[in-house]
Amino acid sequence: MSAKDNFLKVKHLYNRAGFGISYPDLQKLSKKNINKVVDGLLKSSKNDDDITLVNGVESKRQLLAQAGLYSKKDLTDEEKKMRQEIVRMQNEVSRDLNIGWVSKMINTDAPLREKMTLFWHGHFACRSNNPYFAQQLNNIQRAHGLGSFKTLLVEVSKSPAMLQYLNNQQNRKGKPNENFARELMELFTLGRGNYSEQDIKESARSFTGWQYDRDGSFIFRPNLHDDGTKTFFGKIGNFQGENIIDIILEKSETAQFIARKVYKFFVNDNPNETHVKELATHFYNSKYDISALMQKMFTSDWFYAPENVGTKIKSPAEFLVGLSREFYVTYNKPQVLIQLQSSLGQYLFNPPNVAGWPGGQSWIDSSSLMLRMRIPSLVLNDGEIDFSGKADPEDEAVIALSRAGTNNANASNKPKSYVNANANWPKFLDTLPKGLTPLELTEFLLQPKLNDKIIKMVSDNKGLRSTSVEITSMPEYQLC
Amino acid sequence: MNRRNFLRNTGFVAAGSLFVPAFMKPLEAMALDELSLYKNLVVVQLSGGNDGLNTVVPFGNDIYYQKRKSIAIQPNQVIKLNDMQGLNPNMAALQEIYDQGWMTIINDVGYPNPDRSHFRSMDIWQTGSDSNQFLSTGWIGRYLDSNCQTCKFPYTAIEVDDSLSLALKGQSKKGIALKDPNALFRNTNDPFFKSMIQNDKDHLDEDNLGYLYKTMIETSSSAQYIQNTSKIYQSKATYPATGFSNQLKTVSKFISSGLKTRVYYVSLSGFDTHVNQTNQQGNLLKQYSEGMAAFLKDLKSNNKLEDTLVITFSEFGRRVEQNASNGTDHGTANNMFVFGGRLKKKGIFNAAPNLSDLDTGDLKYQLDFRQVYGTILDKWLDVNNADILNKKFNTLDFI
Repeated sequence: MSAKDNFLKVKHLYNRAGFGISYPDLQKLSKKNINKVVDGLLKSSKNDDDITLVNGVESKRQLLAQAGLYSKKDLTDEEKKMRQEIVRMQNEVSRDLNIGWVSKMINTDAPLREKMTLFWHGHFACRSNNPYFAQQLNNIQRAHGLGSFKTLLVEVSKSPAMLQYLNNQQNRKGKPNENFARELMELFTLGRGNYSEQDIKESARSFTGWQYDRDGSFIFRPNLHDDGTKTFFGKIGNFQGENIIDIILEKSETAQFIARKVYKFFVNDNPNETHVKELATHFYNSKYDISALMQKMFTSDWFYAPENVGTKIKSPAEFLVGLSREFYVTYNKPQVLIQLQSSLGQYLFNPPNVAGWPGGQSWIDSSSLMLRMRIPSLVLNDGEIDFSGKADPEDEAVIALSRAGTNNANASNKPKSYVNANANWPKFLDTLPKGLTPLELTEFLLQPKLNDKIIKMVSDNKGLRSTSVEITSMPEYQLC
Repeated sequence: MNRRNFLRNTGFVAAGSLFVPAFMKPLEAMALDELSLYKNLVVVQLSGGNDGLNTVVPFGNDIYYQKRKSIAIQPNQVIKLNDMQGLNPNMAALQEIYDQGWMTIINDVGYPNPDRSHFRSMDIWQTGSDSNQFLSTGWIGRYLDSNCQTCKFPYTAIEVDDSLSLALKGQSKKGIALKDPNALFRNTNDPFFKSMIQNDKDHLDEDNLGYLYKTMIETSSSAQYIQNTSKIYQSKATYPATGFSNQLKTVSKFISSGLKTRVYYVSLSGFDTHVNQTNQQGNLLKQYSEGMAAFLKDLKSNNKLEDTLVITFSEFGRRVEQNASNGTDHGTANNMFVFGGRLKKKGIFNAAPNLSDLDTGDLKYQLDFRQVYGTILDKWLDVNNADILNKKFNTLDFI
């Protein structure tokens, strides 16, 4: 195998398993056998530091104050103000959390760990207006994202964010709420068509009493639990939630469902069923060890086959993080990252529904593509923003209070705003070998094979900085 | 050629002649003569969950006044439509529209097992799904996908906004979002952008890169078409100076200049009135009504009202009983409005909400919103609604 082949393999691996790679790292790793590189990637992603931006104590205080205010009939003006203040603070902290995670992805030295967190963030999709809960779930997805799928599944199922989002807090003995039980099988494990409505009913009964307490911790409440006999997939017993999860994991359909989803996220939108089956069998036999699954995938020859290189549309998160990471971008007004996510259709922590973001070609429409092609120049050249994202439906109450009283609802009379970011050009250019040509830079920055037109476009020696902005503005840069 | 303009995002770039690949040409070359056959649909989304009971007020029902002690609208203020229901006084601009027979009110539209989350319920309304089903395409998007006789153009559906709603996203085809046709035209005429699609034949495959290039080429072609078709049109009508009215004015300009677009999508935000509802909602309803009245009269004067159908929806209504903060909380079924010059059933379409038969404090729905969509798909957009909505919905006779 030629050195060039290995160069391209490592680059592909780091684009899919992480958020790209710096030139010096790529040069260094290209000298190694790809299996060794995969080992190294997994080792470097051992680090699973939690995000600790949201303060649990303060969050709990707000929660209690809020609960007290909501149960009161007539609020004084001061109490009303206080309630608004709590909502305002929670929104602010939620935004901080979002930016905190994006920054972590941009700066991490455990790229696969963050990429897995992003994958599970979309798989176990959840919205919570409580930023502490949202942070907890994100940390669970990070901590167990490369570990045992069973542990991950149990921890997610016990997280206050998910218990709240899928109404398990309302799932009680004699008054079952089936929301969690349904999504557990339809979206988290088995996939549609692999269970019956009766299985959902019996599963819901088994999860009765799974709740969270005032401290934001999981609690099993025996008095709310239906301890009668249940029949689940033909098995009879006095099942609890954990038993249900065990039975679901005994079914190989679960391994297939997860393997297919992992394949679609990391390899190709159109799954090759032979490859998916290979992965699923390995995953199942490894007792759902996620690292084993990833290692198998990244060391398979087909992972590096031409049809799987440079052919996936980057998600908005991959696009923004990759660009920022590549050029060492600092955002002086990090709020803009939220505006960009929302305009591009992936506002992290706010998935469209429990099924997550559909991905693939659904990321791209005329406006999102035009915007994607302009963002590199906005971020790298500090351009002016002349677009505004849509309001998130959950923010409508804030809009109702702030704008409805004016004629400016929906008006776009905002002052001109700039991305206000700095790319560290000296640092970036310093990472490149002396004498690197614009064409070589293009080969480094783009994943798809270069065609004549691009070769011609970048061959007029504009200098590496201008070439970088030009390359990242191309449709080819949307692919990884 | 200075293709750095696009990259620097500087100002105006003079419009040059745009390269159009041969296979796109027939779109632009189409004669403008069949335009009058075009039927347009305009969808108006009220985001946040508009309180339908204070919009179309059931002033003839005592329960309404018992449940809404501090925010009920008194009978002497209501614009009465019949003995039971009337419009919020802020909607005076619509009285004339109603009297002309250009407006239909459909009461209690909803769906089984309603969801009270804004996001989820909007998702359901935009995709046309069941409440326990997750679709990644919108109902208008699937209409575009159906590739019917009337929806094959890349500009068949336009949302007047910076970003595209799920409602207009199909699997293989998507609507176009644009707030300002000039800006889109400028951007697609930028030398860098143009040089990317110039003479591009390599990329028209079915793969993802092909999809990106196809999107660029269609955006460029549509921007040119929209600009060229609509720039000659000068509206004589005056619209209120609000953001919402500006969106409608843009739609009117497109319709009146004969754009071969079939579906337009606009929205008005801020209806989540948990606290001190009366003024906030009143102001929004005023903006809505005055904008709509100007829009409909403008269409009428351009002889386009007969060819246009406008619907208004919100993701849910509010609970029947008000809350302790002079506001209302998330509810379920809600009214929808239909406007146009060719309504079959004008005025109030069905019975007023039954306030004495509630589902734990919420209105029960009489009609599924997909019956309304289905009616429009079948009778206005000439497609079989089962193909778009994944199952057949009985149609209604408002058109």
